Amino acid sequence: MVDATAAAAHPAATIAARPAALVRAFGLGRRFGGLAAVDGVSIDLRVGEIHAVIGTNGAGKSTLVNLLSGELAPSEGRVYIGDADVTRWPQPRRARAGLGRSYQRTTIFPEFSVLENCRLAAQARRPRPWRLWEDAAGDATGIRDANAALASAGLASDARRIAGTLSHGAKRQLEIAMCLATAPRALLLDEPLAGMGAEESARMLELLAALRPTHAILLVEHDMDAVFRIADRITVMVDGRVIASDVPDSIRADRSVQEAYLGEDGAPTLAAGAAALPPEGARPALGRPGARPAPP
Amino acid sequence: MGSEAAGAPRDAAADGSAASPVDATPDTPPLPDIARREPGGWLVPAAAFVLLCALPIVVAPYTLDLVLRIAVYAIFALSLELLVGAVGLVSLGHAAFLGIGAYAAVLGSGDDGAPLIPLLLLSVGAAAAYALAVGALSLRTRGVYFIMVTLAFAQMAFFVVHDTRAGGGSDGIFLNAKPVLRIGATTLLDLGQRLPFFYTVLAALAATYAFLALLLASRFGHALGGIRVNETRMRAAGFSTYLYKLAAFVIAGALAGLAGFLLAVKDAAVNPELLAWNQSGVVLLMIILGGIGSLRGAVIGACAFTLLTELFQSDALLGPLAAHWQLSLGIAIIVFVAVLPKGLIGIGARWRSLVRG
Repeated sequence: MVDATAAAAHPAATIAARPAALVRAFGLGRRFGGLAAVDGVSIDLRVGEIHAVIGTNGAGKSTLVNLLSGELAPSEGRVYIGDADVTRWPQPRRARAGLGRSYQRTTIFPEFSVLENCRLAAQARRPRPWRLWEDAAGDATGIRDANAALASAGLASDARRIAGTLSHGAKRQLEIAMCLATAPRALLLDEPLAGMGAEESARMLELLAALRPTHAILLVEHDMDAVFRIADRITVMVDGRVIASDVPDSIRADRSVQEAYLGEDGAPTLAAGAAALPPEGARPALGRPGARPAPP
Repeated sequence: MGSEAAGAPRDAAADGSAASPVDATPDTPPLPDIARREPGGWLVPAAAFVLLCALPIVVAPYTLDLVLRIAVYAIFALSLELLVGAVGLVSLGHAAFLGIGAYAAVLGSGDDGAPLIPLLLLSVGAAAAYALAVGALSLRTRGVYFIMVTLAFAQMAFFVVHDTRAGGGSDGIFLNAKPVLRIGATTLLDLGQRLPFFYTVLAALAATYAFLALLLASRFGHALGGIRVNETRMRAAGFSTYLYKLAAFVIAGALAGLAGFLLAVKDAAVNPELLAWNQSGVVLLMIILGGIGSLRGAVIGACAFTLLTELFQSDALLGPLAAHWQLSLGIAIIVFVAVLPKGLIGIGARWRSLVRG
């Protein structure tokens, strides 16, 4: 009932050409004290689409990812995976339902081997923890899934290395590989290009493009070049609200986006296609209200 | 431990993965959790076990009693190592489970003694039940709050035992008859006899060690390791980490209950000091002294701590200083921790790094 009404109220649901939404959120909101980090955000993710979310620091992008992944409980609104209302599901259950995510700050097991990182992630699909007599190192299915994930993330040759010794870019790739090892249907990627060099960024974008046909992808990213090159849809957030959500060309032309996102001083515009923000490495990691709340 | 069997060939399991078309490194054996890899595999603990079994032939009864005490405390330390070393949960209330196991053994045997198996199950079950309740509540907190909550629950148990008549109050109670394993009229095992009890304790220690080694090598153990290193990632992958931690907490409590049962039978008495917070501190010191993150470390730590306590309490060796044994023990532990930050288990690596400069 809630589902039908809400879907009808959402304009995107009426566009017939697009595949059915896999992950949908309606009127999602989260307040920290008096501050509304996310306020009335509706968004949907479809298999075959990369849906980018852009916005200035503190716009609520990471909080939105946390609300979708289940790390934070929303103050209001609902989240669906397929037809299931998952608003009250804790994060692990949503993950098992096919919601994989990466973090703004690399979140791996640094002291384990690269393969064990992925095998452990794959183990979540078939945990069977009570089988204490079975050696995890001989977990054939888990190792197969892990190797497949590493191969698609381009890390197959690093399988035996200790994860903590990888380069920054490779660690980000590993985090995606760990997501893939859990066989997710939707990927929530929080700044996967952060801190990456040009070559590493290009490789990551290739990977995302390769994953697009089979996954519904949410991409939070500061690199405007990358976003406008790869995204199928872009949602622009300012102060926790969505001010525009459309295909890249329309977003580029949108005056309210240009004003709100770039200020009124006539600085580089989105229309010019230039990166509106300084390179990733130069951005300060701190001072993002609502971006990294403590895990539940 | 996790990888004690690492010396063995990885057999069919690894070959199965090699058949995968996407596998770019077909001969890559899966790497175990590096942190828990120990040299010598099963050989070292097995050799130690055989030596201990031969001990009654050569040593005096007093020494045998000391070995018994070490073995019981080794089981206790191993149970805490599962929480601290494997999952990264620092509990400062572990003595509660030891004490509850011990009190259950004494209260359950009454005046005439009790059959061994039901009494053992009662001890372990009572400790596990309390661990389930404590774990269910304390695991909702983290870090220093977890330490405080476990301590609070242990103090609660301490005062309940201390202030109620059933357990003999602050004096404790005696175990009148030691448990016996009988089938029909035949006595198979009488824990009141010195040697059968000695071998029972050794068997319990070996079983605890082997069980934990298997557990840590299993998928469950690897998941616990994942929780220790990065719980956020484990939840994002789809593990209900709370349940994993709760299961580990209950297993640790049950094993501490086993140690309590054996301690009660050994001493033939229990008193509230078993549940006191300094007892929880002692077992934590044992695993720190031995080296956190290693089952061997827990056993070595229990051994070293008990021997150091004996040494510093000895009038014959230290004269008047023996009266202040806690001071000397404290200084010794500070020195050990400063010189060997990875514990006694890391002594080899420490020595090599010193020699190489």
